[in-house]
Amino acid sequence: MPAIPPSLWRLARGAVALPLAALVSGCDWVVLNPSGDIARQQAHLVIVATALMLLIIVPVMALTVVFAWRYRSSNTAATYAPDWHHSTKLELVIWSAPLMIIIALGSITWVTTHTLDPYRPLSRIDAARPLPAGTRPLEVQVVALDWKWLFIYPEQKIATVNDLVLPVDRPVQFRLTASSVMNSFYVPALAGQIYAMPGMESKLHAVLNRTGAFQGFSAQYSGAGFSKMRFVTRGVSAGDFDAWAAGIRKGADALDRTAYLKLEQPSEKEPVRHFASVDPALFDAAVNLCVRPGKMCVNQMMAIDAEGGTGRAGQFNLAGLTYDKFGREQVVPVLPGRQPNGAQLFVNANAYCAGKGPLKEAPPQQRAGRTLSLAAPASSPVS
Amino acid sequence: MTPAEPHWSFLLGRLGPDAIPTEPIVLATFAVVALGGVALLAALTWFRLWGYLWKEWFTSVDHKKIGIMYMVLGLVMFLRGFADALMMRIQQAIAFNGSEGYLNAHHYDQIFTAHGVIMIFFVAMPFVTGLMNYVVPLQIGARDVSFPFLNNFSFWMTASGAALVMASLFVGEFAQTGWLAYPPLSGLAYSPNVGVDYYIWSLQIAGVGTTLSGINLIATIVKMRAPGMTMMRMPVFTWTSLCTNVLIVASFPVLTAVLVLLSLDRYVGTNFFTNDFGGSPMMYVNLIWIWGHPEVYILILPIFGVFSEITSTFSGKRLFGYSSMVYATVVITILSYLVWLHHFFTMGSGASVNSFFGITTMVISIPTGAKMFNWLFTMYRARIRFDLPMMWTVAFMLTFVIGGMTGVMLAVPPADFVLHNSLFLIAHFHNVIIGGVVFGVLAAINYWWPKAFGFRLEPFWGKVSFWCWVVGFWMAFTPLYVMGLMGVTRRMRVFDDPSLQIWFQIAAAGAFLIALGIVAMLIQYTVSILRRDELRDETGDPWNARTLEWSTSSPPPAYNFAFTPIVHDLDAWEDMKRAGVARPVDGFRPIHMPKNTGAGVILAGISAVCGFALIWHIWWLAVASFGALLITAIAHTFNYRRDFHIPAETVAETEATRTRQLAALEGAAA
Repeated sequence: MPAIPPSLWRLARGAVALPLAALVSGCDWVVLNPSGDIARQQAHLVIVATALMLLIIVPVMALTVVFAWRYRSSNTAATYAPDWHHSTKLELVIWSAPLMIIIALGSITWVTTHTLDPYRPLSRIDAARPLPAGTRPLEVQVVALDWKWLFIYPEQKIATVNDLVLPVDRPVQFRLTASSVMNSFYVPALAGQIYAMPGMESKLHAVLNRTGAFQGFSAQYSGAGFSKMRFVTRGVSAGDFDAWAAGIRKGADALDRTAYLKLEQPSEKEPVRHFASVDPALFDAAVNLCVRPGKMCVNQMMAIDAEGGTGRAGQFNLAGLTYDKFGREQVVPVLPGRQPNGAQLFVNANAYCAGKGPLKEAPPQQRAGRTLSLAAPASSPVS
Repeated sequence: MTPAEPHWSFLLGRLGPDAIPTEPIVLATFAVVALGGVALLAALTWFRLWGYLWKEWFTSVDHKKIGIMYMVLGLVMFLRGFADALMMRIQQAIAFNGSEGYLNAHHYDQIFTAHGVIMIFFVAMPFVTGLMNYVVPLQIGARDVSFPFLNNFSFWMTASGAALVMASLFVGEFAQTGWLAYPPLSGLAYSPNVGVDYYIWSLQIAGVGTTLSGINLIATIVKMRAPGMTMMRMPVFTWTSLCTNVLIVASFPVLTAVLVLLSLDRYVGTNFFTNDFGGSPMMYVNLIWIWGHPEVYILILPIFGVFSEITSTFSGKRLFGYSSMVYATVVITILSYLVWLHHFFTMGSGASVNSFFGITTMVISIPTGAKMFNWLFTMYRARIRFDLPMMWTVAFMLTFVIGGMTGVMLAVPPADFVLHNSLFLIAHFHNVIIGGVVFGVLAAINYWWPKAFGFRLEPFWGKVSFWCWVVGFWMAFTPLYVMGLMGVTRRMRVFDDPSLQIWFQIAAAGAFLIALGIVAMLIQYTVSILRRDELRDETGDPWNARTLEWSTSSPPPAYNFAFTPIVHDLDAWEDMKRAGVARPVDGFRPIHMPKNTGAGVILAGISAVCGFALIWHIWWLAVASFGALLITAIAHTFNYRRDFHIPAETVAETEATRTRQLAALEGAAA
């Protein structure tokens, strides 16, 4: 084999090393190097699991290569034992070695799944600092809308769109829901993800330990605008956080139910918005699919069902319960010839209730291939 | 006021001029496919092949021909599914710095949905079913499957489902929901158009075929084994096929049921999975994965069998730890039903539920690991011939263990919370599906091709394909592992962070390398067919293999075996060769065989029409075609001319030719 000229070697080395260096320096392995205690423990677990698995993977890969090379047919010097096909000792090893590793990993799994359960309130701020007694976590209510994130800070009585600001080293309790389809709330620097689902509430406890700006997004595909359903999470000091909240409270926008219903309409690449005040019952109404006045809340329905239903009044309840069965709320039915649709049922029921004629409806709006027709605000809430 | 109704007419339902896509890419594809289709039809007509195809193939109930048709279907759909993959790779490689790429959301979201659906249901499934169909009856010394007509019908139902998916490309649209169509997104409220209906009906129709073929193969393996072949003397591929078909029969009805519930939601307004009226989308997610996880093993188990056969053949050794291999297969079969929740730890189940499913998932890695060791120790003290099937096997072993490792990482719930839905997950399952199923299918094609056609595949282009595939795979998916650890999620169409672009470009380059591998593979097939006389194998046993399918001629006669073989040991053919069992040369008797029938093609064709009518809400056609389906099925039951006898003289003639062939080979050798 002719010798390779050194210049060619250098070229080859450069060709390999340069892009590698460029790649490694330019990237941010946020999942393995996060800024929140929960995410850090999860990253640690990823590494522990990998190490445990490598204990068996590496020998297997090495043996595969060694055996493939050593027992190639051209190597007639190697032993050939065509009838050897059983060994109790080896069988014991090949079943018990993986078993041992899985016992170890399984025990770790059982413990960490419980300690890192997103529903479990935090017991420490980071590895070095336990949580001082009596610390109250910051509550943030999260609503995944099409296709943006609404964050409500009930304590601060403010709300934001696509802007999550967290004080560092203070535990945060997220309560999450969605308005239409499933999403997954994920800030890799902070903690693992959790689904945000319509008609349901999920929870996530986490704490951010470093100031800075971090990416947050929906990790669960949720329709056309999904790719741009992103927000920045900012970690700030406690003082800065209070100042930020106070600044927002000085604004003029209020997030009442009307504003929410407008905000809920699908939109893409929504800019950051701030609301100086917020309807305190809004999040619960969003969870129970009853933000629009006149809708019966899911929990009310369940209470009625638990009591055995309401007989004839059920007709009315049915109307108030219709959320998006035949299309997004107030979307015209897409099944041909299917009348009356949910929205009209609701309108008729309200009219029936108030003893008046049908309510007027606003002109239809065209959006994303679906025909919408916004109903006028309904008369009286169901009591 | 009355809001504008979506277009609907009695005659054509929702079908209208707007059903024809206007996106230029789709139109161009349509033009190419239409031209190609017309050219193909013209060629078939010109060469007068219609009669031949209809008589010899479409209506055939021969398990070998049906097996080959499954493989052809899988290959055609594979090209479509791979085209989708390339389009996604290109989009993700360019959609940076404010660029929207070249695909809008409507198109891109259909592509990733179609890619998943096609690759699982219409590529991997036909490949695996095709292999089982071809090989299992030969391996157990049978002349056909238990229900030959059902087999033909199953194939055509699968093909009808595939045809509907392909139709969605040009008439209407496909689902934009991801391959499992989670509600509420797939419900009427958020997917009001035909996309999800195409999804539902193509899977329902293909699902009938899959379930029936599962029943058929179970009956075949349980009832039609040659005398002497006890359960513990069955070849490993037959064992894994049996377990796979048990999985199919037990899990596909769940898929059918959950899709029925979804279609009830969409068609008659029930509330199983809606947000309102007490529906629960989480129920759908659970049900679909109760099917979905066993499905993973439906695909991989037969491939484990393929690798077992190949390892032992090319090592020139009996498989190490046969019984442990069988137990491992059975354990995997059972455990595969107890792990479904690991696909959605992040939906918020309690810690104890999550740990339970995490640990059961890890437990599956124990029998899988045992299998890996069994192949490894089969290679120990062997004489390994590195023909293409064995090259694929070693590539599989080295690739699959990495996929297994990342799978166990994902099984730890807190780790899954940071990796779920990320590109790490995508890399993981492509690692096991490409590194396992695809490598396995390619190994199997190289291994059994000489049996099916009587000549080997040409090795040069096969090796080119091999290296392109293996290197291309790692190049395409290593960046995805890396980006998963950087917190990049799946199904993204555009990106903000410009530093990611280089990774996507590398991945796209890898995908193009795989494309070269596919081209090389097609060249390999073409070259082999052109040079078939040089590559001819007349022994019927070109690899010096060990199981019964190699004891007959290549290609096997229609009746497979003139006399049913008698089995005395595992690796029956190896045992016969060793004992010097003489091939019977006289005393042939007429052989009772099933007769071809066109009923399968007709029934499946009507089903496709019915599915199309339901998708487009053409109610009169749906009712009419469903009626026609029933009438045809009932009429078929009155067909009493279903069998015939191959006369003893014909058998004797065929066998005499084979005797002369073998004698000539022996003479040449001596």
